[in-house]
Amino acid sequence: MAEAEESPGDPGTASPRPLMRDLKAVGKKFMHVLYPRKSNTLLRDWDLWGPLILCVTLALMLQRDSVDSEKDGGPQFAEVFVIVWFGAVTITLNSKLLGGNISFFQSLCVLGYCILPLTVAMLICRLVLLADPGPVNFMVRLFVVIVMFAWSIVASTAFLADSQPPNRRALAVYPVFLFYFVISWMILTFTPQ
Amino acid sequence: MAAVDDLQFEEFGIAATSLAANPDATTVNIEDPGETPKHQPGPPRGSGREEDDELLGNDDSDKTELLAGQKKSSPFWTFEYYQTFFDVDTYQVFDRIKGSLLPIPGKNFVRLYIRSNPDLYGPFWICATLVFAIAISGNLSNFLIHLGEKTYHYVPEFRKILWIIPQKAVRWILVMIALGISGSVLSMTFWPAVREDNRRVALATIVTIVLLHMLLSVGCLAYFFDAPEMDHLPTTTATLNQTVAAAKSS
Repeated sequence: MAEAEESPGDPGTASPRPLMRDLKAVGKKFMHVLYPRKSNTLLRDWDLWGPLILCVTLALMLQRDSVDSEKDGGPQFAEVFVIVWFGAVTITLNSKLLGGNISFFQSLCVLGYCILPLTVAMLICRLVLLADPGPVNFMVRLFVVIVMFAWSIVASTAFLADSQPPNRRALAVYPVFLFYFVISWMILTFTPQ
Repeated sequence: MAAVDDLQFEEFGIAATSLAANPDATTVNIEDPGETPKHQPGPPRGSGREEDDELLGNDDSDKTELLAGQKKSSPFWTFEYYQTFFDVDTYQVFDRIKGSLLPIPGKNFVRLYIRSNPDLYGPFWICATLVFAIAISGNLSNFLIHLGEKTYHYVPEFRKILWIIPQKAVRWILVMIALGISGSVLSMTFWPAVREDNRRVALATIVTIVLLHMLLSVGCLAYFFDAPEMDHLPTTTATLNQTVAAAKSS
């Protein structure tokens, strides 16, 4: 568990941290993202395991199945990974350059955890795609993705907005919007052959 | 001290030493917090700000104020140096974007909005948005064609024909309009700065800027819409992005 602001725990302790405790911490943060309220948990006890799990899950699900459908244009695992992490780093840098008082890893943690609604959207889309394709199918997926996109933005703004002075909040939130928009786009246009 | 020498304002010796005297002047005396930050859509922007007349009329005071407001005194390898490029508020970014979309001949964009406070936020995120917008819309046309193919059998010919012909024509028109607007803004902005130089140099610079701009837009159009290939989009947009950044910073 995070004692200090910056460190997620002391790796030098004699006894290894139990796995269940870490998993519980990650799960608790998932709940905080799904029901965003003004709380400091994500910021205080930041960890990067949750974002890593989410990013890997998303990248795996967005991957193309077969080699010969490469031309249809689907992101490979590495592309999704790079986009997510580069995007998160860029947003964090932007927030710090604008004068926000949030630390680098805290911001990464928040952005990573708020991908959870979009990962859920990806799961739902995958299930919906098992049904027969058609305009109804597309509409359902579009609706789900839009709702989850809005949820992600609201969740991350609830955590990040307080760290900026009020006259720059929109400047700091816009890149977050762009980031989740691109991820939502990748989810929406995913069509397995 | 070394950072002060790196600034190009070497002929203004007095101002340079005064900058060294107060290196941590964080408040810019031009961007007055008392000035109205609200949008004024109807009347021209210069009417509500008194200091504009002084700045636009008197060249010397403008340059001195520009220098006195310089706060880039940190060496370039520290974080604070880059933070000075992001010292903008939301309304300032909006104003600058509006100014770039609606060129007003006679009002210099740099003098009116930027003054001594250039920012990196606007250019960077506008370029990033441009990159993604191009990637998405190039993908969109491709996607819609595919979608049409899979679901409707009678629509594809319909969609392909109707989609491509208006698409091409409308796109070209829109690109020409956009090119005209941003080209005129760029020209008007750089013309006063370049006017003092030799005539040929001035002309060459302007022509290069306009040419690069045209190349960029035509390249975007031709490459991304006529031959949508998503795998190559991310890398190529990165290259184009650098061209835009190079063109705009030149």
